[in-house]
Amino acid sequence: MKKINGAEIMVKCLQQEGVDIVFGYPGAAICPFYDAIYDSGIRHVLVRQEQNAAHMASGYARSLSRPAVCTATSGPGATNLITGIATAYMDSIPIIAITGQVNLEQLGRDSFQEADITGACESFTKHSYLVKNVADIPRVMKEAFHIASTGRPGPVLIDIPEEVQLAKAGQFHYPEKPDIIGYKPTTAGHPMQIKRALQAIRAAKRPIVCCGGGVVLANARDEMIRFVKNSGAPVVATMMGIGVLPMHSPTYLGMIGRHGRSYANRAIREADLVILCGARVGDRAIAMPGQIAERATVIHVDVDPAEIGKNMRVDIPIVGDVKAVLTALAEKAEPGDIEPWLEVVSEYKRSYRPHGKDRSDFVEPRSFIRGLSALMEENAILVSDVGQSQIWAARNFSQKEGRFLTSGGLGTMGYALPAAIGAKLAKPGRQVVAVCGDGAFQMSLCEMATAVACGIPLKLIVMDNKRLGMVREVQNKLYGNRHSGTHMDGNPDFVKLCEAYGIPANRASGNKQALQFAEEMLHSDGPYALICAVDPETPTI
Amino acid sequence: MKYTLTVLVENQPGVLSKVVSLFARRGYNIDSLAVGTSEDPAVSRMTIVGEGDAGIIEQVEKQLNKIIPVIKVRRLGAAGEFTSCELMLVKIDNRNIAEINGIVELMKAEVVGVTKNSLTIRYAGDHEKCETLYSLLKPYGIREVARSGSIAIETT
Repeated sequence: MKKINGAEIMVKCLQQEGVDIVFGYPGAAICPFYDAIYDSGIRHVLVRQEQNAAHMASGYARSLSRPAVCTATSGPGATNLITGIATAYMDSIPIIAITGQVNLEQLGRDSFQEADITGACESFTKHSYLVKNVADIPRVMKEAFHIASTGRPGPVLIDIPEEVQLAKAGQFHYPEKPDIIGYKPTTAGHPMQIKRALQAIRAAKRPIVCCGGGVVLANARDEMIRFVKNSGAPVVATMMGIGVLPMHSPTYLGMIGRHGRSYANRAIREADLVILCGARVGDRAIAMPGQIAERATVIHVDVDPAEIGKNMRVDIPIVGDVKAVLTALAEKAEPGDIEPWLEVVSEYKRSYRPHGKDRSDFVEPRSFIRGLSALMEENAILVSDVGQSQIWAARNFSQKEGRFLTSGGLGTMGYALPAAIGAKLAKPGRQVVAVCGDGAFQMSLCEMATAVACGIPLKLIVMDNKRLGMVREVQNKLYGNRHSGTHMDGNPDFVKLCEAYGIPANRASGNKQALQFAEEMLHSDGPYALICAVDPETPTI
Repeated sequence: MKYTLTVLVENQPGVLSKVVSLFARRGYNIDSLAVGTSEDPAVSRMTIVGEGDAGIIEQVEKQLNKIIPVIKVRRLGAAGEFTSCELMLVKIDNRNIAEINGIVELMKAEVVGVTKNSLTIRYAGDHEKCETLYSLLKPYGIREVARSGSIAIETT
């Protein structure tokens, strides 16, 4: 029988896991794996910088709700991945990062392109492996996919020395089930706590549901909609929970938090029952103390027991898969006497006037996002970057079945463009649009070449105010208008730049014009970049 | 509040660093940490002594449980009795050898090394007793001391 090597085993494992695409950048220490991929049928997307391979895998994983794979070589290739891995960790995105490593004999000698990547990623991987024996590869791969995708999802790193990839092994056997003694995530919620939660829901006069990213990760959109319908409770969302509730539904009050809707914050502050679902009470979403009333009853549903009680007190903790728990809650939930409360929050919502009006001298970004939403398909995916563009998008994007992807936890600039490429590859039939500022754009614009090379119809909107807008705003408020390092002098002509990559581009200097170009962009078959001239004075909120 | 945790972990490389880095990055302090084998060769036992309020202790336990090779975390004293023990080695100036010997006998310690100028004393006992012996010996001129972390086990 022909013996196969470690790299070929890695590829067979990926095939067993249904992996059809790998985002990466090769180097000497990962060459055996690249050789095995070459004619495996797995598509390889060559990025221009390793960090973006992780972001693409993130966009891909989020769109398909299953782990995606990125790869890099040892040393600098691996260290470049770190920001992408950390970004995925903070948002609980299941990615598998495979890195090459120097040979076992060279390990620990500060060899050329050696980096202790498992050590460096210790605090932002869910788990990591340094594989020293070819016989361990199938077990490690099985465990990695299981760990990444179950319980609270997250990135798993597999570091494999070149010689282990080359080592010959006998038969390939892929374990059917992983067997990890210390890893058994809880799935069903405790019946007693569910009963208590149902009682609290019936007794509440001013209940509110806070929908977090955990609901998206658990694929529990339908369950959430049913629970909200049966319980009657109005809903607010964290940034990561945007898109779960149809944005037009009357009891959906929008995003809470530091950059959220004021009435959504007001509603959660006035509630006598707060039902946190898959929300980790991060400081930007729920600033404690104060955001939730002292006397309010708090129900916290989360698959990660460590999130419960981490940042705030909880009265009724329910550890379990959000989908299973919401199913159980929806089945028996009955509203109490909440009509007056619903009237109050509906009035909050009715009296809200969106910020920002169309302009003709600049593109007003907030009203532009609303206009763009109206042009987009109902299930469009909007991928937003970080900074002012993130908040403009999060507050004004409104889609019935839409998805909103962003780096909410780590707040990584440069995320949108590569994540949008990953999302589009995952969902070629859906509209995918990336929105970023001129700062973030320049952190990952090299990936335009990846989009072109792979024939991906990347739709990109750049809000160009020639500033690092959000930092500048902080400087205006807290540092006496001293704009230290926030003016992006030296920006190139972005239209020409995109065109140089072979991407048609246009620059809009007013909302009417921007929407015309947006329409053109959404209807074009290929990639398209819309550069919007934005007034640097435009506020974030 | 002082707490003692016993943590059973898979005996594999890197587990210690995962546990320690968790304490470091979340800002939990460790008073002492001891690692050794358990009754199962595939499983190591860590004893961690730390300090924190109830909320911190709960987080420490939960966060430790999230580490994949961590099999079990138990807080000692939460249910039932436990006993703990530290090991201490003291090298001491031997000019007052008779008095030191008295202390050694009183505390049931053991002299394990004698040279022209020094005595080496070995002692095993709980943290408080180690502290007592140390303070009794201190006036006689301690040259060096080596102390282990605490190990502990439930007795009920």
